[in-house]
Amino acid sequence: MQTPKTRRVRLALSAMTALTLATTLAACSGGDDDGSAADGVTTISVATFNEFGYEGLIEEWNDSHDDIKIEQVKVGTWDDAKANLFTKLAAGSGLSDIEAIEGDAMPAIMAESGAFADLTDPELEGRWLDWKAEAGTNAEGQMIGYGTDVGPEGICYRADLFEQAGLPSDRDEVAKLMGTWDDYFATGDTFVEAMPGTAWYDSSTSLSQAMLNQVEFPFETDNETVDVENPELEAVYKTVTDNVDRGLSSKIAQWGDDWTAQFQNDGFATIPCPGWLMGIIEGNSEGVDGWDIANVFPGGGGNWGGSFLTVPTQGEHQEEAKEVAAWLTAPEQQAKAFAAVGAFPSQVEAQDSPEVNEAVNEFFNDAPIGTITADRAAAITVQPFKGPKYSDILTAFQAAIMRVDDGSKDPEASWEQFLADVEALG
Amino acid sequence: MTTHLHTRGGDIDEMSPLRPGHGPRAVRPEPPQWRQRLSRADHRYSPYLYVAPFFVLFLVIGMFPLGYTAWVSVHDWSLLGGKGDFVGLENYREVLDSPYFTKQLVNTISIFLISSVPQILIALVLAGLLDNQLRGRTLWRMSILLPFVVSPVAVAIIFGSLFGDRYGLVNQALNVVGIDNIAWHTNRLASHVAIASMVNWRWTGYNALIFLAAMQAVPRELYESAAIDGAGRLRQFVSITVPMIRPTMIFVIITSTIGGLQIFAEPRLFDDTTARNGGSDRQFGTITMLVYDFGWQLRDLGRASATAWLLFLVICVFAVVNLVLVRRIGSLGGER
Repeated sequence: MQTPKTRRVRLALSAMTALTLATTLAACSGGDDDGSAADGVTTISVATFNEFGYEGLIEEWNDSHDDIKIEQVKVGTWDDAKANLFTKLAAGSGLSDIEAIEGDAMPAIMAESGAFADLTDPELEGRWLDWKAEAGTNAEGQMIGYGTDVGPEGICYRADLFEQAGLPSDRDEVAKLMGTWDDYFATGDTFVEAMPGTAWYDSSTSLSQAMLNQVEFPFETDNETVDVENPELEAVYKTVTDNVDRGLSSKIAQWGDDWTAQFQNDGFATIPCPGWLMGIIEGNSEGVDGWDIANVFPGGGGNWGGSFLTVPTQGEHQEEAKEVAAWLTAPEQQAKAFAAVGAFPSQVEAQDSPEVNEAVNEFFNDAPIGTITADRAAAITVQPFKGPKYSDILTAFQAAIMRVDDGSKDPEASWEQFLADVEALG
Repeated sequence: MTTHLHTRGGDIDEMSPLRPGHGPRAVRPEPPQWRQRLSRADHRYSPYLYVAPFFVLFLVIGMFPLGYTAWVSVHDWSLLGGKGDFVGLENYREVLDSPYFTKQLVNTISIFLISSVPQILIALVLAGLLDNQLRGRTLWRMSILLPFVVSPVAVAIIFGSLFGDRYGLVNQALNVVGIDNIAWHTNRLASHVAIASMVNWRWTGYNALIFLAAMQAVPRELYESAAIDGAGRLRQFVSITVPMIRPTMIFVIITSTIGGLQIFAEPRLFDDTTARNGGSDRQFGTITMLVYDFGWQLRDLGRASATAWLLFLVICVFAVVNLVLVRRIGSLGGER
């Protein structure tokens, strides 16, 4: 049956197969680096998410070190990094030499602290803010994570849209409009009335997270018992879901495609703004002028996120990794990361350094972000208690908020579903 | 061939008279007989030996995980903590009680139907068209396979952006013709259509090529005589082509059933919410995503394994139903 026709089909098929195979093999062979090359150079991989501002620092290190090289592995969001982290913790291999952990998930990491190297180093005592150092230390007093940044929140806003809406656009004037959450929402009402096509804030999920960061016991009591039916959490839920009909929310989930796209489309006017978010805003807003940051946060201060660097014990080069982690989280380096992406240092010395204090951000209309963020840090009065389940419950809570936001459930039904989801966490 | 048959025949003839004298081997050593036996054993058993590597591999990488998953599913088993107590069918009960199981099962079947049915029909038509004497045939045939080379992850990212609820290209195009924005990530049916479209984009060409290969094997005389009998192109396609490629259709339908019911990467990456469970209300969460949710987000491998086994049973049921249906439909063409 070998007609010329079938032969040609076969040829075509085998060509395609070869092409497919080649592509697959090429895809598989990438990143197959065990870190220790024959020439005595050790490569330390650093897994980060979002923007840590490490690009310049890594270049600096690699230029001055011949024996140890740093390689960054970046993923989009913490949730993706978390899924990867737990999968590979369970597998017992595959993690980077240094893994960045989002602050909210640190308690869950503490529960697995056997899988992470003890990074305790007497020389580094006093490097970090007390609460940051505590959050990186397990019950046995071993330091598991070196703090990178903290996330004192301000309000980033689009001055150009404020002007169009007839609101004051100067950052000091704007600060006066949003001292409390009620003021903030009322200003939002004025804004959306004038600019119906633009939402007041970027996403209900980010707003709810910002508000949660002012609650002392959001999901768990201090003996780590899950308690989500507390009045404070219910109040946050009610406030955020009540806003849906007011048109303040963009009704878009944070970190999604539409969320990224709305930076380019005048989708919203304000966003709760921890330091590290400034780099992300700048990255998403190419070609958009008018961003500014107000030295205020509704209802007092709040800290959102801020991360840690950990060294998993499954790594082959833990000593070198520890050295690199200590270097990256040193005050001088974190001060530079602040200049690069706005991640506010968790190191006492860095916070007092002129590089941070005098920092001005050109993209945010030359805002003195050093003094603003320091003020925002000083305004923080509550450090919410975060137990081992915090990160998982937060994910469920944000899904509950989104269900109301996108109209797939009414607030009561969505809350019931949230309770069931928390129950299922076991 | 003929020599072979000859030996075999002679074999039997020689064997029977010799058999009684087999015992006292020391008295009368018979190398040729031993060799014959060997060759007979070779003839009889070596085919099994040749296929054995596959089955040994299948046992190790196919059956073992299946059995091990069943073992895990009857225990408390945490992702990081490992094995706990034996709990019998408790995990299955918990999974079946979860409202997400039913919802995600329905989603899976819905996405499967919306993707597979049009996909196989389009592939069939496409293959029928490509089975003609076209100029530059190889180019056409290869180009329909091109989407298959693209990784599903890349497809999902591109389609996820195209189907953006607010700023997606698809909605902008719809706006031009006066249709309002469709909530691709929120509306349950719309999200299924969006995901099905990525699956179809990737798999239609692949299935069309398999159909095409089968169509090439249909004897051309059948078409000639049909043409003489006055059958048009359409009639020829329905009455000759489709019945003649029935075995291939069974193959394609079964493989796409298995693949369709296991869909994972597309809906997971299509999701914009941080949990990636298939939308805020699991509008497009599938069973495989539920396995992932239990195993890696709730870190409970017991429930994950139970869900995986339930999915396995569902697929078996679907495969059998499909087989029966396709047998019926195919034989209508009149092969019987």
